[in-house]
Amino acid sequence: MASLVKRNHWVVRLTHWVNVLAVVIMAGSGMRIFNAHPAFARPGERFPLNPWEGTPIPPWLTFGAWLGGARHWHFAMMWLLVLNGLVYLGFLFFHGEWRDIVPRRGDARDAWEMLRFYLFVRRDHPHQGKHNALQKSAYFAMPVLGIIIVLSGLAIWKPVTLGFITALFVNYKWARFVHFVAMALLIVLALVHVFMVFTVDPYSLRAIVTGWYDRARSPEARNARPFYHLFGSARESTAPREVPPA
Amino acid sequence: MSVDRRRFLTISAASLSGALLSACNKNPERAQKLLALAERGNQRVEEALFRHTAMNHVSPSAPIAGASFPKYRISKTVPIWDTAARGVWRLEVSGAVRRPLSLTLDDLMKLPRITQKVDHFCVEGWNARATWSGVRVSDLARAAQATDDAQFVDFTSFDEDYHESWDMASAMHPQTLVAYGMDGYLLGPAHGAPARLHSPVKLGYKNTKYLTRVVFMPAQNGGYWSDQGYEWYGGT
Repeated sequence: MASLVKRNHWVVRLTHWVNVLAVVIMAGSGMRIFNAHPAFARPGERFPLNPWEGTPIPPWLTFGAWLGGARHWHFAMMWLLVLNGLVYLGFLFFHGEWRDIVPRRGDARDAWEMLRFYLFVRRDHPHQGKHNALQKSAYFAMPVLGIIIVLSGLAIWKPVTLGFITALFVNYKWARFVHFVAMALLIVLALVHVFMVFTVDPYSLRAIVTGWYDRARSPEARNARPFYHLFGSARESTAPREVPPA
Repeated sequence: MSVDRRRFLTISAASLSGALLSACNKNPERAQKLLALAERGNQRVEEALFRHTAMNHVSPSAPIAGASFPKYRISKTVPIWDTAARGVWRLEVSGAVRRPLSLTLDDLMKLPRITQKVDHFCVEGWNARATWSGVRVSDLARAAQATDDAQFVDFTSFDEDYHESWDMASAMHPQTLVAYGMDGYLLGPAHGAPARLHSPVKLGYKNTKYLTRVVFMPAQNGGYWSDQGYEWYGGT
């Protein structure tokens, strides 16, 4: 098939799946640690920014069984998360793939057009490169959130020894809040990402496992909105559409 | 061809995750070994990062926790030193020292006094501010003439069998105090009277309350919470 392209380098595929493992264990154990004191207020103070002060995370979402166990998992897996993240970001930088995700002028307009398409305001799928503009912004936001999570994590792991990092977030309490909120945003982005993979572009699963991607089945070629492949009349487009670049 | 490969990958992914899960469930010891290895590695990193010049800074205008400062203990009732039964409370400074000390509260208060407003970092995730007054552990080590064998320090209490041992570097940090005052008053029974260990450089559980003995040692001897699976180092 001429439309078959190698989309993801093995470094990207490997770091993606290692990241899934690391993020799941980090988020699960982190939420178990949070449950030991499920609030951001210091004793005797209030924290109006969090309407759920004192409400723990449901235990089935947590990992590590108890505070000490979760801490051990968290402080072991953090090395995998950081090393894996450095390999990924280093690869993006030296291999030039950062161009696929770093925002550029026109992305905001393109994202707006994608939104219009998904909301049935616009009939045809906007023209795109490797990723559409909404995807791109999500894939850019994830490593940015990752960096914020790692920095705020260092800030609450070593608030005295690495006090200068804690000071970047004002103090321990706010670093802990930033750490939590950035984690929650990352999880939301990851869930949206998984939802879009299965409902819009399930063919990209192959690209993140073997690396191969069939451009003839891209969302742009299929004019695909969420669930299109389930309800669409034609699974594969017969229209002589231009094959978008990889 | 590609379908075969896809199926192959699906099967291998499934069996790999199955193996990982069974490694966690059926054989937790394997995971425990990995976690213990990571804990030792983390401790080396933490010790390498540790500096006596890295201090905890709390703004003079920052509010203190005051009456809201949490009160933890091991025994069912607040431990109170019974002078009638045990005689006058004394702090014993012993072990790898040339001049063992036995200090009454008055003796302790005659030593150079440090008053500092610092954070108390609990392993649970909260922090609380208080102004502590007391004597630097490093001053006690100097007064007792700790020897080269003094690589660790054990802090023992009269609250059940509570104790925690520290690495020498953290114990010698200028913000590590044997505190007898809190927020301008003598320490109350709920906060470890007559004296307790307090430092922002270790998590709360390392800061022994109801202190009775400071023992310098060539090796560490664990601690109440460390022996139950919390990190022995417990540094901030």
